[in-house]
Amino acid sequence: MSSSGPPHGGSLFSGHQLLGTNPVYLVIGILVMVALGAVAEIAPLFYLKTTLEAVHGMRPYTPLELAGRNIYVREGCASCHSQMIRALRAEVERYGHSSLAAESMYDHPLQWGSKRNGPDLARVGGEHTDAWHVAHLTNPRSVAPQSIMPSYAFLMTTPLDARELVANIQTNRQVGVPYTNDMVANAMADLRAQVNPDSPEAAALLKRYPKAVVRKFNRMAADITEGDALVAYLQVLGTLVDFNLYDDKADLH
Amino acid sequence: MQIDSRPKSFRGGEIGLVAVLALLCIFVAAQTIESAYAFPMGFGALVAAAAIFATFQRFNGRAAERPPLEIGGLPNYNFAPVKVAILFALFWGLAGMAVGVIIAFELVFPGLNIAPWFNFGRLQPLHTSAAIFGFGGDVLLATSFYVVQRTCRARLAGDLAPWFVVLGYNVFILIAGAGYLLGITERKEYAEPERYADLGLTMVWVVYLLVFLGTMFRRKEPHIFVANWFYLAFILTIAMLHVGATLAVPVSIFWSKSYVLWSYVQDAMFQGWDGHNAVGIFLTAGFLGVIYYFAPKRAERPIYSYRLSIIHFWSLIFASIWTGPRSLHFTALPGWTQTLAITFSIMLWMASWAGMINALLTLSGAWDKLRTDPVLRMLVVSIAFYGMSTFEDAAMSIRSVASLARYTGWTDGAVHSGALGWIAFASFGAIYCLIPWLWNKRELYSLRLVSWHFWIATLGIVLYITSMWVAGILQGLMWRGYAPQGALQYSFIETVAAMHPFYLIRAIGGALFLIAYCLMLYNVAMTITVSEQAAPAAQPTLQPAE
Repeated sequence: MSSSGPPHGGSLFSGHQLLGTNPVYLVIGILVMVALGAVAEIAPLFYLKTTLEAVHGMRPYTPLELAGRNIYVREGCASCHSQMIRALRAEVERYGHSSLAAESMYDHPLQWGSKRNGPDLARVGGEHTDAWHVAHLTNPRSVAPQSIMPSYAFLMTTPLDARELVANIQTNRQVGVPYTNDMVANAMADLRAQVNPDSPEAAALLKRYPKAVVRKFNRMAADITEGDALVAYLQVLGTLVDFNLYDDKADLH
Repeated sequence: MQIDSRPKSFRGGEIGLVAVLALLCIFVAAQTIESAYAFPMGFGALVAAAAIFATFQRFNGRAAERPPLEIGGLPNYNFAPVKVAILFALFWGLAGMAVGVIIAFELVFPGLNIAPWFNFGRLQPLHTSAAIFGFGGDVLLATSFYVVQRTCRARLAGDLAPWFVVLGYNVFILIAGAGYLLGITERKEYAEPERYADLGLTMVWVVYLLVFLGTMFRRKEPHIFVANWFYLAFILTIAMLHVGATLAVPVSIFWSKSYVLWSYVQDAMFQGWDGHNAVGIFLTAGFLGVIYYFAPKRAERPIYSYRLSIIHFWSLIFASIWTGPRSLHFTALPGWTQTLAITFSIMLWMASWAGMINALLTLSGAWDKLRTDPVLRMLVVSIAFYGMSTFEDAAMSIRSVASLARYTGWTDGAVHSGALGWIAFASFGAIYCLIPWLWNKRELYSLRLVSWHFWIATLGIVLYITSMWVAGILQGLMWRGYAPQGALQYSFIETVAAMHPFYLIRAIGGALFLIAYCLMLYNVAMTITVSEQAAPAAQPTLQPAE
């Protein structure tokens, strides 16, 4: 079989002449071959009921949390921190209930990650105090001497740039996140209210975004910093679905 | 000889495209309120302005007729874009490897992080993009433009188009890479560039496909050479993946941020699919094109079996696409996709080894050359690493292996045995072949330096992958380690501390690889500037297309 040229006559391979001598047929052949796998694996994800489970408790991010998520994305936190607890005993015991697909239903794009130089963050919300997060982000070695995380002290002093926040929320709505007109109209008020629990707007914020954490997260600065936004995002991660109520058999019928 | 006898005039699109680009960039740079976004846009405007100037200069200098397709019955090859792409590849290789060494040391000594631009999280995507898309991508551009001309015996299609592809592609990499440092990223693994950069890449890629196909249509050989199948599959599939994975809605054209259309399992699937196939198609199909041309050429032997090539090609591109979800076992992605991915991963292993055997047996009757030719040695070792990596990928797709290996340093080790052993060595082999051919030199400046490059780099790879295997297995076992009382034995920070010596060995391995690469840069520079000119007739002999 050590022929170096195209074989001739009588075999399955001689039919390949057609593809091997005509670029147009070759292009069609390649497209068909690669499209098969793509269509077979992706198309069902858009309609299979078991895939598109709805889970009680999920809501869009508050304006502050969304801003925090964008900082998480910008800094590349996912290079070292996954947000995907696998259904393995040791992971569930370490991090909490395995991640549900629906828990990233409002993530564009999701930040599941592929490497854990640091721990998984899918359920880090409520694990630590705000003060711990601020101290840890400012100097990770101050709370965990063996940590290899970079310092993010600049987040605590950089004011949050909220000029395009409303446009960000509207764009999220365009890609399918169910922000209401009410949420869009009050975005800037909600942003300020989330770091000001004594303000009258805080109650309205909580009505629009149940389970939102309303606190001044970064007490090192008076105004709203990038640190406030990031800590607000970290504090909500994995807290929205109540697993005392969640029925993992509910969508299997 | 074909001569276009029209009077000298501007050709369609010579000015139009760049003018539009420049106006758009200046407009956006002037309007944006986001300082980080002004940089890529301002840079884009500068490049577009320079492109306009260069086009005018070129117009003044060029003849009214298009360059002839043939001179004296021989094809009039267009190798200038190939040369430029090779030089870009050498630059991005240095940048990608240097950043890789820096981030490897950042994991050992966290004090090396310089916030905010040079923190690990911002540098890490720059490393992968510069190495895979900068170095790997430019090697593929250069070799594909070289191989398609040689094996079709035809001049590259297009006049400005090949330049648009080579320069446009590198501007895209630079703008995307600088964006990560400035904090502009979609943070989708292997598809980090924001939408404005993605749009630029889409334009470049369409022109790339047209130039490649146009050259194939000009061919003088009835058969399309095997390497061209692989290049064509790589170009087509990357186009499909790129569009699917990067569909996003921008916040506004004055703002860099955009939101990906997908979320949820669809986004996970697209990310797994794109992340995997960036490796499976970009780094495999494309570089198999490199191997299928340069290994037989350097060994001066025909490809072992045409039929095995056919089997290898079609089974590889068919099976590869299905394996996207194999790195997502036990996640929220539906189980049936994971099972399909395992099945096709095992099949892909068979397909890959068919190719490895085909490439290795091409050496039949020329094995003695491994002793005397370090360039051929590099190409052959890259084929061996291809076999090893494809086996490792298949093994890691099994659920029980993945449950241990996933998220640990083992994935770093697996990726780099492919990236350094297979991709980089195949690229080095091709570059060492191409430099004397393109610059018309008799031979490389020093084969001894190639030998040193080979051995130092191999030592670096061995340090890198063995340390990461041990680290990964250790870390995976510590994460699932239970104390006799039934509770988890190790806190997370203890598993981080345990990685310290392995991260150090890995960083040293990477540094060795970088040092060896610098030997190559020196060798290439000396070959271009100092080496003896080849006799005019010493052009490489034409290989019949198969």
